[in-house]
Amino acid sequence: MGLETKLPDGVVLTTLESAVNWCRKYSVWPLLFGLACCAIEMMTAGMSRFDIARFGAEVFRATPRQPDLMIVAGRVSNKMAPVVKRLYDHMPEPKWVIAMGACASSGGMFHNYAILQGVDKIIPVDVYIPGCPPRPEALFYALTQLQQKITTQKFKDFA
Amino acid sequence: MSIVNAVKGFYQILKAMAVTLKYFFTKPLTVQYPKEKIRLYPRFRGRHELQRRPDGLELCVGCGLCAAICPARAIYVEAAENTDEARYSATERYAGLYEINYTRCIFCGFCEEACPTGALKLGNEFALARASRGDLVMGKETLLQPATPHAIILED
Repeated sequence: MGLETKLPDGVVLTTLESAVNWCRKYSVWPLLFGLACCAIEMMTAGMSRFDIARFGAEVFRATPRQPDLMIVAGRVSNKMAPVVKRLYDHMPEPKWVIAMGACASSGGMFHNYAILQGVDKIIPVDVYIPGCPPRPEALFYALTQLQQKITTQKFKDFA
Repeated sequence: MSIVNAVKGFYQILKAMAVTLKYFFTKPLTVQYPKEKIRLYPRFRGRHELQRRPDGLELCVGCGLCAAICPARAIYVEAAENTDEARYSATERYAGLYEINYTRCIFCGFCEEACPTGALKLGNEFALARASRGDLVMGKETLLQPATPHAIILED
């Protein structure tokens, strides 16, 4: 990207790196994007009983230019797969993906020609959530796991 | 007339703000999940738990009926013979290899219903997210463990 590729490790940028990661960790904005029944649980996660805002992830953005996180909530049909791929490609770096539910993780109970057998065939996935659909708390658990992953990330990974 | 309307309007605003103020003093509805345990009903179906007899032997006899009924084909069972040296279950055979693919499992509970020995129970563990698909294929040693308590089980 720039300076961080030229400087040696652990000199100037480590403190900045942890500060930036801390900011990124508590402002993971998801993409306003749902495919099936898991999306209902994703919407529920935003309601006051569960309140995804406690993790700084309540800002569901309706354009792929602004969010950091794509929650693939639901089964990805072969017809939808190019759209999912295009939305992912439009998102700016750094970006993360959560495969929510059995269908997004591996195709679930749909062993057929119409459903993509796991969204990781087209885009890289960071966290998989089992469940059909998973509870909102299961999504929060995945979100905390993703936050842990973000704290360990390096600038060089994006360079 | 306009003064009467203004007073009426002001009264309406006060009435509405009183409703807002009432909710200001109520207890928050939010369950603080990672810090607090959530409340679940006993019928909730989470991760499977393989049961043991009171003497420590496994209840599973490796018949494979759970794998046969599974609509998502998430269960894989490979039976093995018990010997006098290595005895895992009370009958002739036991589950030598017992794997559940949690990326496929839909937690329908058919396996629990199909099990003739009552070896399989769906517990209350829901926090199963992992970073790789391989970690989600859970073997016998994981499934025999009781669930980590994330939840308070309510009365049915």
